[in-house]
Amino acid sequence: MFENLSDKLNLIFKKVRGHGRLNESNVQDALKEIRLALLEADVNYKVVKDLINNIRDRAIGKEVLDSLTPGQQVIKIVNQELTGLMGGARQELLLTGRTPFVIMLVGLQGSGKTTTCGKLALHLRKQGRNPFLVPADIYRPAAIDQLKKLGAQLNIPVYSSDKELGPVDICINALSQAGRYSSDVMIIDTAGRLHIDEVLMNELVTIKEKVRPTEILFVADAMTGQDAVNVAGEFNRILDFTGIILTKMEGDARGGAALSIKAVTGKPLKFIGVGEKLDALEPFYPDRMASRILGMGDVLSLIEKAQEEFDQKEALILEKKLRKKKFDLEDFKKQLSQIKKLGPLEQILGMIPGMGQIKQLKNLKPDERELVKVEAIISSMTLKERANYKIIDGSRRKRIALGSGTNVQDVNRLLKNFAEMKKMMERITSKGFANLPGLFG
Amino acid sequence: MFGFRNKSIEKGEEPAEQKTGFFSRLKQGLKKTREGFTGRLDRLFLGKKEIDAELLDELEEILFTSDLGVEASKELIELIREGVERKNLDNPAQLKAALKEKIIEFLTIVEPEVREPKPGEPLVVMMIGVNGVGKTTTIGKVAALYKNEGKKVMLAAGDTFRAAAAEQLAIWGERVGADVIRQNEGADPSAVVYDAVSAAVGRQIDVLLIDTAGRLHTKVNLMEELSKIYRVADKKLPGAPHQIWLVLDATTGQNAISQAEIFHKILGLNGLILTKLDGTAKGGIVVGISRQLGIPIKYIGVGEKLDDLRPFNAKDFAEAIFSE
Ligand SMILES: Nc1nc2c(ncn2[C@@H]2O[C@H](COP(=O)(O)OP(=O)(O)OP(=O)(O)O)[C@@H](O)[C@H]2O)c(=O)[nH]1
Ligand SMILES: [Mg+2]
Repeated sequence: MFENLSDKLNLIFKKVRGHGRLNESNVQDALKEIRLALLEADVNYKVVKDLINNIRDRAIGKEVLDSLTPGQQVIKIVNQELTGLMGGARQELLLTGRTPFVIMLVGLQGSGKTTTCGKLALHLRKQGRNPFLVPADIYRPAAIDQLKKLGAQLNIPVYSSDKELGPVDICINALSQAGRYSSDVMIIDTAGRLHIDEVLMNELVTIKEKVRPTEILFVADAMTGQDAVNVAGEFNRILDFTGIILTKMEGDARGGAALSIKAVTGKPLKFIGVGEKLDALEPFYPDRMASRILGMGDVLSLIEKAQEEFDQKEALILEKKLRKKKFDLEDFKKQLSQIKKLGPLEQILGMIPGMGQIKQLKNLKPDERELVKVEAIISSMTLKERANYKIIDGSRRKRIALGSGTNVQDVNRLLKNFAEMKKMMERITSKGFANLPGLFG
Repeated sequence: MFGFRNKSIEKGEEPAEQKTGFFSRLKQGLKKTREGFTGRLDRLFLGKKEIDAELLDELEEILFTSDLGVEASKELIELIREGVERKNLDNPAQLKAALKEKIIEFLTIVEPEVREPKPGEPLVVMMIGVNGVGKTTTIGKVAALYKNEGKKVMLAAGDTFRAAAAEQLAIWGERVGADVIRQNEGADPSAVVYDAVSAAVGRQIDVLLIDTAGRLHTKVNLMEELSKIYRVADKKLPGAPHQIWLVLDATTGQNAISQAEIFHKILGLNGLILTKLDGTAKGGIVVGISRQLGIPIKYIGVGEKLDDLRPFNAKDFAEAIFSE
């Protein structure tokens, strides 16, 4: 299979160089690759067909003389086309008019609605709102319980739904109770259902009519395949939903469904879910999604994430220490926890172009346990030892190994790597210490 | 077998018109999809005496839109192309039969040796998969199946992570009349499994079904957790778990390949279960997975009720890809 679309295209266009313009036949070869990339990413077959036609029209005749990398040019066109299709500026939730606002989540079974309700509630509270949750899934066993527990975790009120009343009345009653929670946003968790289940789809229509949601959000799994267009198309036809949330995006799915759903409904993608924790909800960015679908990594996200997570102040302090050659094991540990905050190593690797294909990644899986080990070892050291690793002699090493559940070799290796790293860092102090060479050596 | 599909989608009116040319063109295209593939191939063959490029294109579309995926589709189309070149296939009717036959062949797996429980010991089955595919529901259904055979069934609430997961399983336990072994949320799942295996042996249970928390196959630590559950079960009862079944959602696209590969590599799968075939998704991705990894499909899920589980039938499945 293709390693990296960008490499492939560059190879194809090597021949083109010097020809001046992209012609029908060399564009054709490139389009074949792009088409496969899109299909592999689960973009709907029909959507791919139309996209490819658009791209062909735009690519043929393009000047390539001035560009040393015609492959990049075509990629740029593809990227623009995808980004454009996926929507312009990012869209927040629409909360205007009279309170309480009602947000209703809908979608297939297992798409992640309940968890997303919790995430949205947290997101809204961070924005100064006062949300409360309404469990309206009376069908799946323990679904109401699940939302109650999420509410308790977040300390956000959950309406005590009476299953006997049925989803419609639950929602109507809940709305009349919003005042009791002094709440301005009510979030409804509906049961998962098939788009072809007439009875249950009608139930949603009734709820919509009765509680008039300002947002009806269609929740879809990022791993969805070709059927995404049928499901989203029906949900939108019946409910005219207002936005889309794509869940389980932290995995290795390329997420072509995003494009399919957007294409068939024209509705904006508002958020993506990136983990099981309740703060794992992120805004959706069309350009990043485009690169991801093309299998070209998500460098922008990575950069932003790094900026977000790396505490600037901390970094300055560390840098100073480094200048004064005072970087010690305690600082090292802090650095590690910063790296860990970035997310699972694999996820980070996945965001780097060319690393996205799990196939190649298989043999060089970063060992997360190694990180944990290093942290455990340092945690088992006394503060004195952390400040000056040179005092860590044989008996101290034994004690540390015992305390951290590792063995002396592990401790030796860590200390050796740390010493090497320190030396190296001190040589490049002017550049700060963005890289931690030899860490896992 | 697939007659449970509701037809409302075909009768449905068109979504509101979109302004851009792209959308309206797409709508047109999708309308065609929604018409379904009812006899589409047949219609295609009607009035055609030869296999031409257009026909092959249409075939490709059917395969792709059923989620067969790039690799499996390419292989199937290549086989057809060869057949045509060698004149083994010279009319469209043969082509359809040949394709179906190939798909059935891909799906027919000679089961490798199975670990059997020793006489008097429970059969231990572990259900795994990514989040929301239908593991817990399938456990309920499988439990009902064994119950109907007169077996003593026990369930282990190995999902100690997701809120109310144990409660969900407990309700299924009640429905089918099976004991449920559980601990508090946040407990170590392998501890639950250890308890459950001990209890199953002690209470002379015939079948122990282990539910696990949904996890993305890319999460190293969570995959390690599964291996640990496996080891603990095996330690308590050598040979257990005898069966590990991966649950796949029929709506999933290409990512199912990655899921199957990684779960298989880490645990060694004995079977696949394909859920949510009561929707409009074809679940074609299992064709490639089954073939590539040599894992048989045990059951399909066709609804949310206790009895919405069917044994897998390759012929019906292949038929469904080319019909409605
Ligand atoms: N239509 C349909 N729905 C199904 C089928 N199997 C399961 N479901 C539904 O899919 C949803 C998720 O099912 P669960 O059994 O909770 O899935 P799970 O894999 O245990 O989920 P987690 O434990 O949260 O990862 C529920 O609403 C089920 O009722 C099926 O064959 N058809
Ligand atoms: Mg479950």
